[in-house]
Amino acid sequence: MADRAEATVPLFDGAEWDFDTIQRSYDAIERVAIDDLELDVYPNQIEIISYQQMLDAYSSTGMPLMYRHWSFGKRFVHEEKAYRKGANGLAYEIVINSDPCISYCLEDNTMALQVLVIAHAAFGHNHFFKNNHLFRQWSDAQGILDYLDYARGFIAQCEEQHGEREVEKLLDAAHALMPSSVFRHRRPPHSSLTDERTRQRERRIEEERAVHYLWDAFDHPTQSSKTDEEARKRKREMGLPEENLLYFVERHSPVLESWQREVLRIVRNIAQYFYPQRQTKVMNEGCACFVHYYITNQLHRSGLLTDGAMLEILHSHTNVLTQPDFDAPNAMGINPYALGFAMMQDIKRICTDPTEEDREWFPDIAGSGAWREILKDAWANYRDESFVQQYLSPNIMRRFRMFSLTDDGGKPFYTVDAIHDERGYHQVRDTLARGFDVAEHDPDIQIVDVDLMGDRHLRLHHSLRNGVPLDKIASDATLGHLRQIWGFDAAFED
Amino acid sequence: MAHFIDRRLNPKDKNLGNRRRFLRRVRSAVKKAVDESVRRRKIADVGQQENVSVPSDGIGEPHFQHDSKGGFRHRVLTGNKTFKAGDRLKKPPLGQGGQGGREGAPDGEGEDEFMFVLSRDEFLSLFFEDLELPDMVKRSLKEVPVSKPHRMGYTAAGTPANLSVSRTMRNAFGRRLAMRRPTNTEIQALTQQVAELEALENPDEARKAERQLLREQLDKLLRRRKIIPYIDPLDVRYKYFEMRPEPAANAVMFCLMDVSASMGEREKSLAKQFFVLLHLFLKQRYDKIELVFIRHTQVAAEVDEDTFFHSRQTGGTVVSSALNEMKKIIEARYPAALWNIYAAQASDGENFSGDSQLCADLLNSELMKCCQYFAYTEIVDETEANLMNSEDNGMELWRSYRQVAEAWPNFAMKRIARASDIYPVLHELFARKTNGVSNG
Repeated sequence: MADRAEATVPLFDGAEWDFDTIQRSYDAIERVAIDDLELDVYPNQIEIISYQQMLDAYSSTGMPLMYRHWSFGKRFVHEEKAYRKGANGLAYEIVINSDPCISYCLEDNTMALQVLVIAHAAFGHNHFFKNNHLFRQWSDAQGILDYLDYARGFIAQCEEQHGEREVEKLLDAAHALMPSSVFRHRRPPHSSLTDERTRQRERRIEEERAVHYLWDAFDHPTQSSKTDEEARKRKREMGLPEENLLYFVERHSPVLESWQREVLRIVRNIAQYFYPQRQTKVMNEGCACFVHYYITNQLHRSGLLTDGAMLEILHSHTNVLTQPDFDAPNAMGINPYALGFAMMQDIKRICTDPTEEDREWFPDIAGSGAWREILKDAWANYRDESFVQQYLSPNIMRRFRMFSLTDDGGKPFYTVDAIHDERGYHQVRDTLARGFDVAEHDPDIQIVDVDLMGDRHLRLHHSLRNGVPLDKIASDATLGHLRQIWGFDAAFED
Repeated sequence: MAHFIDRRLNPKDKNLGNRRRFLRRVRSAVKKAVDESVRRRKIADVGQQENVSVPSDGIGEPHFQHDSKGGFRHRVLTGNKTFKAGDRLKKPPLGQGGQGGREGAPDGEGEDEFMFVLSRDEFLSLFFEDLELPDMVKRSLKEVPVSKPHRMGYTAAGTPANLSVSRTMRNAFGRRLAMRRPTNTEIQALTQQVAELEALENPDEARKAERQLLREQLDKLLRRRKIIPYIDPLDVRYKYFEMRPEPAANAVMFCLMDVSASMGEREKSLAKQFFVLLHLFLKQRYDKIELVFIRHTQVAAEVDEDTFFHSRQTGGTVVSSALNEMKKIIEARYPAALWNIYAAQASDGENFSGDSQLCADLLNSELMKCCQYFAYTEIVDETEANLMNSEDNGMELWRSYRQVAEAWPNFAMKRIARASDIYPVLHELFARKTNGVSNG
């Protein structure tokens, strides 16, 4: 704060905001973001909304458009009640991975908070969305709003034609299978709105053909000697094993009508869109926090932010970035904001002011001074798991006082197997990195076999990882949903 | 480059469709909660929003997910204080697993009950459901009473449209007097004097001095006039309006009920629905409604609402005692000239023999004259209702009341066996309301 330039006139004074002030502040923020940090962002669209609209956006998973379903209503009444009771405040902003990048700012924010929010969302998140390889490969920022609009229209039309209840039943089933319906390994087929339409047409033709093939099967009953060779061929033709459950059901279910297949496709496309976000929580939030922290500090240093505004910003900043201890009453595991921000600040420190330890751990970057390039490279090419694996420094482990705990189901105790010391650094880092791997959290479930000519019994396989079983009650209920849209029995093989 | 869009004026209830779908989903549970709360609430409080909680089984959203127990797991935690590598920590009992492998779902899953608030509108819709009200009536019941602005003096703040010119000018005048603002005449006179003096060809010293003096005086007056404005913001007054419900009138509603042993829970709950409906109707029309509860066995007494619905008494049944009590209360507290009197009576139709004629006489000679409306419901078993489908036959009380009904158009009577039977009793009342004919 010592080298503040007192000569410049601050951007604003006091808490009230208006559009002129926001525009002026935006321009100042943009200058720092583009000229100094050299961020690469989608054009910004900043929308001011009221708290009711924020609640609305909350309950439709943060998207501005969504088809109708009771579960969003449930989320809405829940959020609304929590908000009314004062149990939790609202987020200051919501940002959407789209081109142009839409950020929602709450009208109740003070001017200082609007600056914070714009720097955080419109530049931090925006840069990350545009540059991170997961988002670039797996989600379609240009098309998402159009697609959601199409989805909303299509489902409304289905409700009109087939009744709300029918659609609701289908969506319930689709939502249950949603988390198990992303392509984790291969890239999803890319399709535009026009493709959607042509595909719908093709689907109708396909449907007619399906009927023919059923009749064919009646006409020429094959000798039921199911040799291994035949089963292998069958599996190959259907692309089995298949990890994307809805994709398989959509393509091969013997009972669904074409509109139902389309609904399933919509749900799994939305699941796919959100998949990268789940893998980059720490990095995404860390990037946004790092950017807002850097920008607001620069603005303050050049005299564009008053001390009062800066203190308010720091107050909110620290609120978000608390990391409660494991035994604190508000413990919630690792706070992705805190970890991401701390790691990125640490990378900057290692680049500009390294210690002996840093030189030993990060010989490539220590003292190089090029923290902008290194951070941007990290934002573009890593996800949480690999980022932690690559950049978690002993310094951060000590600061967070991390320790790793082993829980062997059969034993009555936990074991502390490593702490933040010389011997434990590597193990703590490995464990933490694995903890951020979504593949660790999501059960690995695949469809392995089905005989469409025979009993049409859908066989699923769950690969146990570290012996962690499935939740029996939830998976039975989910299987029920799967049976409903598959039309025949579905079960896990033993 | 950035776009700024002000979305605050966009429609807010984007989620209404989702909310409606959600309510339909939990309908049966919510309906139960609403009925329960009608039973619990005071009659006058029925038309309000309500906290309901529904069991979460109908609204679960299952996924394939890992069990929170079992298997071999590693985690990293923060905030180590005393642990060293190799330490063993006892697991908390019941396998809660510290803070658990999975954090609680954000959408309230995992709780046994899901709580939320029903709006007044939703609450009433559910309450009306098995009363089978016509839509028109439903709508008019849900309406919030219309209010009209009434003049209530003046305020210092308001909109220009409400500016009171005369009051503002009066204040300004008083202030000008008090502050001694120079008037036009004063200034004109002085200006003229100065002009005259200035017009002189060769003024002597004395004249010059006088002219100087007068000119200074004039300057002073002009300055003073500038400082003390003709109208100051302090003077401005606006007419003040207060919203008053329309029509503003008072009503009293008498609830009469037989509480002898033959009235069970079902009967009482039906009676309550009947009273609530009448009360809701009255609330639309009257600013202030007082409720009087009279229960009777062989003797009648005025009681509070709780006692009325929940306490039991044993004894015979003498209906006329309640009517007598009502008459007494009207004479003492609610003169018919000042109050709109409504009465609702619920009974199972039994009466001490010989008393029914007395009741009819009482009604004919005294009560019907001062009542706006008297509704009588006889609560019967569903099986009984099917047998007694004729209006003509019935027990003694029913037959006596038939005479009253024939003589007085504002006397309504009906047998009810289920909630949907209640509305026809009040039908006439609502019909009059919707026709816009006032009976008040």
